[in-house]
Amino acid sequence: MTTEALEQRPAAVPSIVIRPTRGWSALNLRELWRYRELIFFLTWRDVMVRYKQTMLGAAWAILKPFLTMVIFYFVFDRLASVPTDGYPGPIFYFSGLLPWVLFQEGVTKAGNSLVMGANLITKVYFPRLAIPLASVVSGTVDFALAFVVLLGMMAFYKLEVTARLLAVPLFVLMGLITALGVGLWLSAMNVTYRDVGHVTPFMVQAWMYASPIVYSANLITDPLVRSLYGLNPVVGVIQGFRWAILGGMTFPGALILESVLVSFVLLWSGAMYFRRMERSFADIV
Amino acid sequence: MGELAIRVQDLGKQYRLGAVTGGYRTLRDTLAEGAGQLVGRVPRPSRETIWALRHISFEVERGQVLGVIGRNGAGKSTLLKILSRITEPTEGEAEIHGRVGSLLEVGTGFHPELTGRENIYLNGAILGMKRTEIARKFDEIVEFAEVAQFIETPVKRYSSGMYLRLAFAVAAHLEPEILVVDEVLAVGDAEFQRKCLGKMSDVAQQGRTVLFVSHNMSAVLRLTQETLVLDRGGLVLRAPTPQAVDYYMTSGLAQTGERLWAEDDVPAGSGPFQPLALRVRDERGRIAERVACTEPFSIEFEYALSQEVTGLRTGLYLSTSRGEPVLTSFDTDDPRAFEQRLARPEGRYISRCRIPAHLLNEGLFVLGVNASSYRIRSYFTDEQALSFSVDGTGAPGSHWPEARGGPVRPALEWVIEEVQR
Repeated sequence: MTTEALEQRPAAVPSIVIRPTRGWSALNLRELWRYRELIFFLTWRDVMVRYKQTMLGAAWAILKPFLTMVIFYFVFDRLASVPTDGYPGPIFYFSGLLPWVLFQEGVTKAGNSLVMGANLITKVYFPRLAIPLASVVSGTVDFALAFVVLLGMMAFYKLEVTARLLAVPLFVLMGLITALGVGLWLSAMNVTYRDVGHVTPFMVQAWMYASPIVYSANLITDPLVRSLYGLNPVVGVIQGFRWAILGGMTFPGALILESVLVSFVLLWSGAMYFRRMERSFADIV
Repeated sequence: MGELAIRVQDLGKQYRLGAVTGGYRTLRDTLAEGAGQLVGRVPRPSRETIWALRHISFEVERGQVLGVIGRNGAGKSTLLKILSRITEPTEGEAEIHGRVGSLLEVGTGFHPELTGRENIYLNGAILGMKRTEIARKFDEIVEFAEVAQFIETPVKRYSSGMYLRLAFAVAAHLEPEILVVDEVLAVGDAEFQRKCLGKMSDVAQQGRTVLFVSHNMSAVLRLTQETLVLDRGGLVLRAPTPQAVDYYMTSGLAQTGERLWAEDDVPAGSGPFQPLALRVRDERGRIAERVACTEPFSIEFEYALSQEVTGLRTGLYLSTSRGEPVLTSFDTDDPRAFEQRLARPEGRYISRCRIPAHLLNEGLFVLGVNASSYRIRSYFTDEQALSFSVDGTGAPGSHWPEARGGPVRPALEWVIEEVQR
């Protein structure tokens, strides 16, 4: 009762002016923060819905990377003998796959998110950034489940547990930022050009081979090529993650620095492009 | 003069025609265009644009309930979308004082796989409610929707009635200072519609500002004191609601006893069904805007089917100019007719019905048409396709000049008996 009375006081009434905007707009993170509960619920919906009406449920979050790892092991380790930096193939692949899957799922889901959420966009107002953001963040739940398996594998292969593990969240965050940056570009472009939906699977596939998942980044020794290689922000994420898990590697500082810079450029440019396109989403989608 | 809740000044919204008809650009289009321009041969194709809304200015005071009426395509939805910030205006500006809750469709964001409980939280958050607020109103919402036993069931197993009730219940418990509502009452059964209307008038009485768009004139009359009439993107009248409704029904819709549909007037979803014309013909077969109460007349609906349609029924909704329904009738209401016409092959048809003499009272009536295959698909609906008037000259009792209430005026048989004591 008292709150209602308070809210009816003119001073408490928020006012806005709606007018056409032109050119680039500011990010307006404060508004995004005000809608944090919506972001939470959208993320939660993505997580809840993903394995509904499946027999194995959340086990898929573990099975998918695990089975991929098994395939990689037979094809690239046993058959092709691609060097794995001296680590056992399974854990080498699995530790590369976890951050990769986080990135890949994030990019793919975010890329389609606006088109899938067309019904929301044309009926309700909220910061549109919430939709791709929720798609990317929802991948962390799958990641966390698979990470438990990774810990089990570390024990199995008797890898030393070091303080480096504490750096894992940092690399997860880096992976999320990269995925969001790419996801924002794709999702906003997808609203106008549905070609994006066709291109994304190929792009993701090519990107996977451009990242050190089935091979070691140490195969690339030429300094120039290596610094070009590091422009792929996923390289830094995966190398950093492996460094934290496997132990014994030297810290891939240069690659990580390069990747951090690129991923922030991607995020910033993606967000700016998104904000610019945002105002016409409801009219075109 | 109270405080202002909404001030709209010279608002306009321009759409590119391509965008309106739903076509999205492919990368190829853009590349081809760009390449053409680089070479300098192909001139930039002039894009056709339309103003869905233009030069709109009005003010709404806090606590006022304002109706917005107009034909399809008049710009009502565009106006609401701009005010609820879903789309941006092309010119002009709008000042909004207070939080806006928009109800352009019930059930926005409902996910079929989630349970009733989960959807209440999700939908509430989408509509802008805080989690604590939803938790506080949860029981009330469930009770209003009458779905208590099914609250842990995925909504995909709900009947469509339950689904709508739940969706409306969440929306109805939204408590913003300004509520923007579009056509949400056009769903559900009559009983539920009454309940929704009741809830809406509660909202109005709590001193909140409401902008209410509807085709349902009786709802507009009941809920609002003042109404805007939009036509072709312009604001043509702002008046007390009864006046605005009369104006809209007489001038906005006045046709000449005949309504024709061109191919591109018809929404894309109508598929094989293409409406062509709706006509009112007097006893001698002439197309008439005015028919006599004392003579029979006929209503004919002409349409084409581009392929065979099974179970088709086309029919009429007759209502008063105030939006109160008078009757509904379908061309296959007779079971034998339905059996005979179970599948209608491709071709052109006229469904004609005869309205007997001495049925309707004098006044203005509105005809709606509908074509559907019952429970399978609805092809086409236009609830206000045509209006016509009935002349009461010679009707029973017309030797007394007083107006008679009610939409019907049958010539009833009266017997006057003198009772012996």
